[in-house]
Amino acid sequence: LSRIGDELYLEPTESGLSLRAVNSSRSGFASFLFAPLFFQLYEPGSAGPDTELFRCKVHMKSFLGIFRSLPSLEKSVGKCLILLKPRASRLVLQLHCKHGVTKTHNLAFQECERLQAVFDTQSCASRLCAPARVLAEAVVHFPPTLAEVTLGTGPGGKISLRNYVEDEAEPSKTMVTELWLAEDEFQSVAVAPGSHIASNLPLTIHFDEPGRPVIFTLEDPVLEVHLVLATLSDLPDTSRSPSTNGVSHLPAPSDDFTDDLESYMAAMETSEGGSGRPPSPAFLPCSPRPAEAEPEEEEEEEEGAVPGTPPHKKFRSLFFGSVMTPGRPGLATTQEVLAEDSEGE
Amino acid sequence: MPFSAQPPTSGERHALSASLDNARHLSSLLRAVHFQDHATCLATASGLRVTVEDAKCIQANAFIQAEIFQEFSVQEESVMFRISLSVLLDCLTIFGTSSLPGTSTALRMCYRGYGYPLMLFLEEGGVVTVCKINTQEPDELLDFDFCSTKVVNKIILQSEGLREAFAELDMTSEVLQITMSPDKPYFRLSTFGNAGSAHLDYPRDSDLMEAFHCNQTQTNRYKISLLKPSTKALALSCKVSIRTDAQGFLSLQYMIRNEDGQICFVEYYCCPDENITEAEL
Repeated sequence: LSRIGDELYLEPTESGLSLRAVNSSRSGFASFLFAPLFFQLYEPGSAGPDTELFRCKVHMKSFLGIFRSLPSLEKSVGKCLILLKPRASRLVLQLHCKHGVTKTHNLAFQECERLQAVFDTQSCASRLCAPARVLAEAVVHFPPTLAEVTLGTGPGGKISLRNYVEDEAEPSKTMVTELWLAEDEFQSVAVAPGSHIASNLPLTIHFDEPGRPVIFTLEDPVLEVHLVLATLSDLPDTSRSPSTNGVSHLPAPSDDFTDDLESYMAAMETSEGGSGRPPSPAFLPCSPRPAEAEPEEEEEEEEGAVPGTPPHKKFRSLFFGSVMTPGRPGLATTQEVLAEDSEGE
Repeated sequence: MPFSAQPPTSGERHALSASLDNARHLSSLLRAVHFQDHATCLATASGLRVTVEDAKCIQANAFIQAEIFQEFSVQEESVMFRISLSVLLDCLTIFGTSSLPGTSTALRMCYRGYGYPLMLFLEEGGVVTVCKINTQEPDELLDFDFCSTKVVNKIILQSEGLREAFAELDMTSEVLQITMSPDKPYFRLSTFGNAGSAHLDYPRDSDLMEAFHCNQTQTNRYKISLLKPSTKALALSCKVSIRTDAQGFLSLQYMIRNEDGQICFVEYYCCPDENITEAEL
């Protein structure tokens, strides 16, 4: 989550503790939902008839600082207690360590609105399901500095991954990498013909037309992970040439797309996309929720706005980094504990 | 190879003359107090004491007893001089700092007296280096007047329990607050940084606790930047004793076992921070 955003949103719900993050350009969102079963004890607190369950956000760095060294944590910490104290404005994390030692961290938090990306996996036309390993291995072939990748479908049910090339780039100086995966590498493929977009445990990718978000989900009995990334869409004019091999050359993003993006992502923090705004091609209206207060930040509403491209590098390292260790979602691979450093020679 | 065969300059008696088979016995201890460039050395019949101070608030002492040396002789009651600790350490480790098994640097130290430089003869594998380090007028040292009768609270902990805590102290906090009490939380280290406050509690019945003698609840704050260098001494030590007196002065004594199993001590004294602000709990 720290690779997506600088703030960690914590929301205790009846169905578990949700940890979420969104990136600064609002084109990427991830959530980890830990079911009550994941915990020894889970008490979300009680919501009154007019109030919702409390939620807050903290600085990602402050939170991560508590869990600094994973190998030593695993060796020395017996249990971790997380308490949200609204009246004291503190999020308390208490680690019970060996030798009877207790580490208590009182983090300052900010109250926040509900952070929710608007998406619906059921309405996506295409779905790919594969062990995370397959996709991780595919992604490894692309240069690490690559910003965007195009995921497409081709003849014979093959799935392609190709790096996105900007219009202005000189053909002779650009390296294009294209990778095709056979259908049998995936556990299930349900692909609408010609659909394409630019962007151990089974990973499911839900995608649809260009412009619609791509959703990666991972589910296990105690953890549910969603990663939602905005995608490039074609220009609104309908002169779209029919795709020949399933891979189309997408237009470069316009200069002011970040501003346009803001207006779309602003829709994420309010319940309805409505109040005069045209229905967005990228996000569907979310399920009914009580209307929230006005979202913060700029709100330049423009019509026919084009959502931005997902940061590919971030996507790769966030998602595959965390899913590669089977049975331990959300944790980095464990490292060998090195011998204690001593000053003496 | 020891230098006992090395003849002293004929007819002269050195104020201080010492030999050590393994210079690391000295250099590792000096590193544990190396948070300022200069140090004051005091040599008496009991051994060598190297003192480093900062801001008139903190003092660290490294003690190397005469028994650690193969030869140790002091002509007068005591010999005292100020010297650059950085240069001294560079010379002691001139053959490198990595410790290959079986090899060690032999040291012979000679000091003729007031105004003379400190001479070091270092040998490893047949190669000899001679160093001459200028000495200065010794500084007046702080006297914390910390004797056992004035101690209010005292605990002895196994260092292993504190090492990680000190290495991971939240340095965005200006102070390190130490609470010692006969009641809960018994022994608590607290920081108040940008992210919020953090408390580390050690119960009196923890198996890390070797001795627990707290008579009064005391909470004192010390500038974290002054105490942070003590982490080096903590890393070398096997046990640490933490004591406070009625004024809140802090004494940290580290018991260090060297490569040959001999015991040496390093101690840190620190004044409490005068600028007390409301504690966040």
